[in-house]
Amino acid sequence: MSEKRKAPGMPADGAEQSPPETLGLELLRKGLAADPEYRGEHPEPRFFITDEAEDDFGGKTMTLNLGPQHPATHGTLRVILKVRGEKIVAADTEIGFLHTGFEKLSEHMSYQQWVTVTDRMNYMSAMNNNVGYAIACEELLGVEVPRRAQVIRVILSEFSRLADHIVCNGLAGMDVGAFSLMFWAFERREKVYDLMEAVTGTRLTTSYTRIGGVFRDVPADFDPMVKNLVTEFRRFLEEMRSMTLGNRIFEDRMRGVGIISSADAVNWGLTGPILRASGIAYDVRKARPYSGYERYDFEVPTQEGGDSYSRFVQRLEECEQSLDIISQAIEDLPEGPVLSEDKKISLPEKDEVHQNIESLIHHFKQIMFGHGILPERGREVYSSTESPNGELGFYMVSDGEMNSYKTRVRPPSIFHFAVLPKLIEGLMISDAVAVLATLNVIAGELDR
Amino acid sequence: MGTSLTPEQITERLSEQFGDELSVHLPPGKSAAQVAIVSRESLEDALRFLQSEAGLEFDFLVDVTAVDYLHFDDPSIQERFAAVYQLYSTIHNHRFTLKTPVPEDDAWVPSAVELWGSALWAEREAHDMYGIRFKGNPDMRRLLMPEDFPGFPLRKDYPLRGRGERDAFPQYLDSGPISGGAGKEGGGG
Repeated sequence: MSEKRKAPGMPADGAEQSPPETLGLELLRKGLAADPEYRGEHPEPRFFITDEAEDDFGGKTMTLNLGPQHPATHGTLRVILKVRGEKIVAADTEIGFLHTGFEKLSEHMSYQQWVTVTDRMNYMSAMNNNVGYAIACEELLGVEVPRRAQVIRVILSEFSRLADHIVCNGLAGMDVGAFSLMFWAFERREKVYDLMEAVTGTRLTTSYTRIGGVFRDVPADFDPMVKNLVTEFRRFLEEMRSMTLGNRIFEDRMRGVGIISSADAVNWGLTGPILRASGIAYDVRKARPYSGYERYDFEVPTQEGGDSYSRFVQRLEECEQSLDIISQAIEDLPEGPVLSEDKKISLPEKDEVHQNIESLIHHFKQIMFGHGILPERGREVYSSTESPNGELGFYMVSDGEMNSYKTRVRPPSIFHFAVLPKLIEGLMISDAVAVLATLNVIAGELDR
Repeated sequence: MGTSLTPEQITERLSEQFGDELSVHLPPGKSAAQVAIVSRESLEDALRFLQSEAGLEFDFLVDVTAVDYLHFDDPSIQERFAAVYQLYSTIHNHRFTLKTPVPEDDAWVPSAVELWGSALWAEREAHDMYGIRFKGNPDMRRLLMPEDFPGFPLRKDYPLRGRGERDAFPQYLDSGPISGGAGKEGGGG
């Protein structure tokens, strides 16, 4: 192994080193954060690029980087492929290009402030992150959310799921040659963003939820907007079906690639459409209903194949279910407040703050440093919701201060991306693109 | 679908098996799910028990993470770190949280990779962020941080703000870390 191609972090040849078992411990005793020499551990890496002469393929393999800036990766993911001709013989991944330290930020921002950070995780469906985080905080505090706010959350997060699913399918179509599909999907997503803009004021980074509800009520013409959009979407899904399913080229590219068995899917921690496309009917909305999902009549569709094609069909079928949920929810949108009446949790109305000393005090107590929302010390929750990609979990620990002691985001994407090398080894490069497209890995959520 | 158990019932099953090795943390407040704390020595057995015991059958490791209790003012917490396991059973639809204390000067826990494949990257991330080693995990490379990054960012003694790239990666500078104000190159142009 030549020097320049050595796996990063490996000690230089001949250098004296402690056995790996004790090396880490010694460094730990010295205090790792202060030790500039410690680089983490690198035991035997599963696959690193080696000299041509060392591989088993007569020197005929080459190394190819797919990403981090490659149109087919849809985000800053790096897949290192070792290919022999067009065939992938080994693969490895590298992530962290979009690592932003969201979890560290949560320890320095107040609970309400961190809502804006959740937008930036899965930016394809920011609303689902907002809702997931708000629910986790409400569990931490034990707050009741008004019914109207819950229904608004359901409607908007289902629209967000629709946007995420169709864009994923559209991009999957583009990756296998059905280019129009992408344009159609993006056009339809703009309609969802129009609705988001009308309700939240922004198109992409919604920041709509507050702990205890949502930050403002929906506009007066919300009802017809939603109903029109549902009708349009039903027509659009039919178009998407007719364009892809049964299309010879599309099926040849998608069928039989990236097969995940149901046992593997569970063992590998896959969730969402990918798990359900492998035949396991696990959906957080059914398993542990939140925001009143138990009131709506919907199915959890599953597929048998576990391949890219099944995942594509799975997302289409979930779109139908989302539309059903929205249709039921909009009929059942109750009147009432959209934010918790508990003034220790939610900010008072601005008019009230200007007119009323009580509200002014509440406002101050919320905003001033060292006050605000204070959960009980020692409380910890793990709360999860069904985001378009799968189970989005928040594990939070409180030490009774105004910012969370620890927030861990359990992003579905990280578990999905971890299996990619297993799925694509032995396939062609073009198949790897078709597999990656249907895993729908979102870099913002992967790296956080 | 089987019968789903409450965390209390699951803890009871565990304590029958592990006795003194197990303690229970009951977070304050209403409707708080209790958390079982198991010693590091019996963690591997406890996880194996939870996965294979009839009636429990946790086939899904949802998440592995760690907590740094450096600034946490609670005398009942003896060790600096804790590794936290979130488990779920797709068969019985129940959920459980298991914690194990990890001392600062000997920060390792046994890996769960042999039981659940999902532990591979979850443990990798916990190691990357907290510097806790997962013995038995075949891939302990850095996950999110660059491989030559010093320190562990989610530890409580790691500052939120630094002086930037130059401070974090002095090895890439010809002249070592830059001290003082901005350089004077280009000033003469």
